Amino acid sequence: MSALTAVEAPLLEVEDLVVEFGPVRAVDGVSFRLPAGPYGFALVGESGSGKTSVARALMRLVSATSGAIRLDGSEVVGSSRALRAYRRDVQIVFQDPTTSLDPRTKIGSTIAEPLRAHRIVRRAEVGDRIASLLAEVGLDPEMAERYPHQLSGGQRQRVAIARALSVEPRVLVLDEPTSALDVTVQARILELIAKLRRERGLAYVLISHNLAVVEQLCEETAVLYLGRIVEHGPTEEILASPAHPYTLALRSAVPEIDLAARRSRIVLPGTVPDPADPPPGCPFHPRCPYANERSRTEVPELRMVAGRTVACHRAEEIVAGEV
Amino acid sequence: MTDPKLSLRDLRITFGPRTVVDLDHLELGSGEILGLAGESGSGKSITALAVLGLASTLGARVEGSVRLDDEELVGAPESRLREIRGSRIAMIFQSPVSSLDPLLRIGELFERTLRLHGDGKHEAAERAAAALREVLLSPDLLERYPHELSGGQAQRIAIAMALALRSEVLLADEPTSALDVTVQAEILDLLRRVREERGMSVLFISHDLAVVAELCDRVAVMQLGRIVEEGPTARVLGEPEDDYTKRLVASVPKIGVRA
Repeated sequence: MSALTAVEAPLLEVEDLVVEFGPVRAVDGVSFRLPAGPYGFALVGESGSGKTSVARALMRLVSATSGAIRLDGSEVVGSSRALRAYRRDVQIVFQDPTTSLDPRTKIGSTIAEPLRAHRIVRRAEVGDRIASLLAEVGLDPEMAERYPHQLSGGQRQRVAIARALSVEPRVLVLDEPTSALDVTVQARILELIAKLRRERGLAYVLISHNLAVVEQLCEETAVLYLGRIVEHGPTEEILASPAHPYTLALRSAVPEIDLAARRSRIVLPGTVPDPADPPPGCPFHPRCPYANERSRTEVPELRMVAGRTVACHRAEEIVAGEV
Repeated sequence: MTDPKLSLRDLRITFGPRTVVDLDHLELGSGEILGLAGESGSGKSITALAVLGLASTLGARVEGSVRLDDEELVGAPESRLREIRGSRIAMIFQSPVSSLDPLLRIGELFERTLRLHGDGKHEAAERAAAALREVLLSPDLLERYPHELSGGQAQRIAIAMALALRSEVLLADEPTSALDVTVQAEILDLLRRVREERGMSVLFISHDLAVVAELCDRVAVMQLGRIVEEGPTARVLGEPEDDYTKRLVASVPKIGVRA
């Protein structure tokens, strides 16, 4: 059964999420469901696509203008107690481990803090738990005595993952967890995420601009452009035959080490439009090589085409390679 | 290679007792794009800074030889190095916005830099506008401050500066690592075009072999300050001989090959 038709209640459900900052609509009607793990859901897009705003809304770091976020079918509203429980269940790992760890706090204390705040283990057991978490993410337990600046970027990102895991979260939000790292370090962090997924049955939302990264770790992918999902479905199908021109352009921009695998690149003219003043019709039309008259006037809604949903008037032609 | 543009020989860079670069021999041909690949800490960036005579500002000691055409740069007087920086060898960085002076409009930055290198005021303005057009930006951007630019625009401006100064060699230190993939692809296109049209020689520093594969004619793989493998890009990345190169190649995420 494909991921998209899963019938059991989703672990996390985002419905018609809208996030506005003043005149800017950063997230414009995003919906998706994350089933219980092991499961990977990818949010793919570039700077300004709204992917980090979705992550912040998921973490309740910004409030949604409208729409709902439900964990186990119930929406977290109002009460600080429910919010506290929610924040334990949903944890985040940020892009830059240098700035997300307190420079004055030893690694052990950084991991101990959530253990204490959420009373995960008894005081006497905190030390043992820190050691086992560090071991789980592939670090020497002696690292507990170090400060962040004494660690490499990859080690720091492992600490951030250990801290997120310390409270036994049910959902992990990974916001570009490898973008600031070298490729070799990136490869090892991706292996770690795959291992945690296997061993802990982890469910996660992976945010990335790199399609090659999400392919390895996520069953399902949603591509964001100007705050909207433009294509959403099984990762394999989306990468094999994109149905939205933006996905096609993203796909073609991924550098290929294998010369034989290289495809012709689709160059997007111009830059992402000002989200405070989005173009009429399809938000992608000013940069789209396949835009037609309809694209300029009518906003394409998400609809089912070839096993995924896509917001493009010409999706059938594009997925069939007829343009 | 008969006539290298830039030639590094027996280059040793040390910080106190620590040797960070120990490089026998590396040549950048005229009009060539050479990749210098390796991980953080392998010595790539300090090598580029040594070419510009700037490694010593970080407290490094540089021995050996760096030749631009026939001129030796190691030990050359600072006044001579200052003439060479920018006008013959330019450098662009990973973080293009922070490499531009935040207090200067782009136009002022061009004017100051070009006048330092001998242009008149009017000539500088014209040349700045032409350089922006050459990197496919509107000359209107000359009125902007760095913080008003996107990462891709700022990197184009850094490249435009090298063009306006008619630099012969461009040292590009991870110029696309902080950019989105579509913007990265545009900058790679631009570097290719600059090489075609201007015959510029480019030393392209990167940790990402997929990007190197897209752009470079040859690649030298650096590990702990040494070149462990060097050759035509297709050969080195297609049939790597060195174990370290093999490891770097294997770590590149590929679409269609599930881990």
